[in-house]
Amino acid sequence: MRKEKTREPLIHIAKRDVLPTWQSWLIRIGSIAAALIFCAVIIVLLTGENPISIYATMIKGAIGTSRRVWSMLQNVAMLLCVSLAVTPAFKMKFWNIGAEGQVLIGGLATTACMILLGNSLPTYLLIPLIFVASMLAGAVWALIPAVFKAIWNTNETLFTLMMNYIAIQIVSYFAYVWSVPKGSGAIGVINGTTHNGWLPDIFGQKYLINILIVALLTVLVYIYLKYSKHGYEISVVGESENTAKYIGINVKKVIIRTMLVSGALCGVAGVLLVSGTDHTLTKDTAAGRGFTAIIVSWLAKFNPIYMVLTSLLIVFLQKGAVEIASVFELNDSFSDIITGIIIFFIIGSEFFINYKIKFNKKEENA
Amino acid sequence: MKKFLKVMAIVLVVAMLGMFAACGNGDGGNEKAKVKVGFIFLHDENSTYDLNFLNGAKAACDKLGVEYVIKTNIDESNDCYEAAADLADQGCNIVFADSFGHEDFMIQAAKEYPDVQFCHATGTKAHTEGLANYHNAFASIYEGRYLAGVAAGLKLNEMIEAGQFKAEDAKIGYVGAYTYAEVISGYTSFFLGARSICPTATMEVQFTGSWYDETAEKEAATLLINDGCKLISQHADSMGAPTACETAGVPDVSYNGSTATQCPNTFIVSSRINWEPYFEYIINCVADEKAIDTDWTGTIATGSVVLTEVNEKAAAKDTQAKIDEVKAQIEAGTVKVFDTSKFTVKGETLSSYMADVDSDADYTPDTEVIKDGAFLESNFRSAPYFDLRIDGITLLNEKY
Repeated sequence: MRKEKTREPLIHIAKRDVLPTWQSWLIRIGSIAAALIFCAVIIVLLTGENPISIYATMIKGAIGTSRRVWSMLQNVAMLLCVSLAVTPAFKMKFWNIGAEGQVLIGGLATTACMILLGNSLPTYLLIPLIFVASMLAGAVWALIPAVFKAIWNTNETLFTLMMNYIAIQIVSYFAYVWSVPKGSGAIGVINGTTHNGWLPDIFGQKYLINILIVALLTVLVYIYLKYSKHGYEISVVGESENTAKYIGINVKKVIIRTMLVSGALCGVAGVLLVSGTDHTLTKDTAAGRGFTAIIVSWLAKFNPIYMVLTSLLIVFLQKGAVEIASVFELNDSFSDIITGIIIFFIIGSEFFINYKIKFNKKEENA
Repeated sequence: MKKFLKVMAIVLVVAMLGMFAACGNGDGGNEKAKVKVGFIFLHDENSTYDLNFLNGAKAACDKLGVEYVIKTNIDESNDCYEAAADLADQGCNIVFADSFGHEDFMIQAAKEYPDVQFCHATGTKAHTEGLANYHNAFASIYEGRYLAGVAAGLKLNEMIEAGQFKAEDAKIGYVGAYTYAEVISGYTSFFLGARSICPTATMEVQFTGSWYDETAEKEAATLLINDGCKLISQHADSMGAPTACETAGVPDVSYNGSTATQCPNTFIVSSRINWEPYFEYIINCVADEKAIDTDWTGTIATGSVVLTEVNEKAAAKDTQAKIDEVKAQIEAGTVKVFDTSKFTVKGETLSSYMADVDSDADYTPDTEVIKDGAFLESNFRSAPYFDLRIDGITLLNEKY
């Protein structure tokens, strides 16, 4: 081997010690500020619009009127609900990207109860039945890939992803079967006059019940993950399956049990979307939340309390972005670009919190 | 740490400078017009269906000088209700939505804002809902489809004369969304138009089960072409079918607008609804404080049903002249699209048919729609209700 002078790169990356909380938050806030500046440059270059008025429009779009505030809270609740659902599985390093389908199947069960039993069961039986049926449906949809993973070690990412498409097709099929008028492919609002199977308004606010249910779920999932034996088992399996086996945890059982919990929570999201909000079902009912939830959960480091903040941030950006598209007559894709840049910066900030970049100095070369 | 603060300080200073520099050219105040229209669209300009509405909306509002707000990519869910209510909150006195599944959510908003006019295209419930501020609109697009069918018939004849295939093989392929009356009415009128010119024409219909699914539409068109269809038309909203035709070199009669730029060799002509007259009508109604029709059906005469320019490169000779001739006959009433003597159902000529005009979950037939030897389409409500399976058309998959 020829002896050659090793060339050191200009920089190298090193793992940081754990930063104090205030410092890591400073980096996060700094990254948002940097993202906003970067977006401003993009806005000026591409559209010639004033970035300040664009940001003002974003804020107005998200929280400009009390209706918008409620609508935003409702959307935060829905996104948070799906995020809570994916979290136990993700914490276990089970890459469940099938939440979209699990929510849809849950929603389908809700729809079936509302259409088939809406006029025969009293409300105090119908609503609990809707919850049970939808949670079961979501759980079954999650159970299938979990069993395959536990027994045959199939790839859960592909499996859960493909389950989404099956769910979408099944929902499309039933949307056609139950469509009014015939063949239109749209179910329309179910029980529009009787409101059978609709979640009730609280204090005249139709979104409040969804928000309260999700708030309760947030606390429950937090306790479940942090203080229960199940939660402990999930983190051990997530850290190392071998360690888990060594200390006597039945890994297969944990995988299946956790996915059942994930799926059931997705089923709840299905209920809240169909019975609580839309009162109808389309293949777009989940509206991509099954995927966005992954970002929410990950950004919050699988901590349900932080997830309140991250889902709020993402919904705020989405709502604001839609308003930009409307006010400045820009295509929706433009607002997606802005949202994408901001999320990219936030994710990037986690890198700078965990690692530091060192500039190599000449004299250090040995 | 010091270094970090320094960097942060610099970043912030740059940010502040940027902000001050950017100030001072805020958006100028619009002239307050009496009428402000809010539009809700299911997709954006990438969908031929929504683009057709978008163009009409902008043209009408610019022509009449009224303010407007557009919301695109609004799902057929509670989002539509939120969008409609938000537009009403913003001071719109007309809110319009373009997709069938928006209807129930528009009605919900209409009940909450009685002083705002809610107008909905393709819906079926205005005449049974009994709300003074909720209206449906459509156009007699079956007349446009019939004319487009004439262009298709001419092309088939030309290909038969050129010896490309035998007269009895003149099979048309049609990509439909659902087995829904709007689609059935569309492909039947198209077929009747084609058969009025090419008597041996038959048709196969493949459904996709979605109003907008580019892949499925492309696959459906390819399937029809491989099945021996000599010409394709479609009722679904993406570029799927036209693109498949261009690739295969099979002539295509399009819908919603011209696809000549993307498909220069195969695009013949397209029928579409021009929504501008309707938008002008509702704006003028509100400006003059007149009531808007519960069901408004645009026609060839109102300029609502139009055909795009004929693409000479793909169309048969003298297509435009023939279209003009038949168009004049339709306007004069001498040609009726759904003339019951021109089609049969299971071998029988119909003299009576009860259609489901008042939508209900049981699909109850409620209205006699055949009168004086013709099926009266878009007469009892604006949205189509022709759902007969006529002889000569084969449905390949009825699952949707």
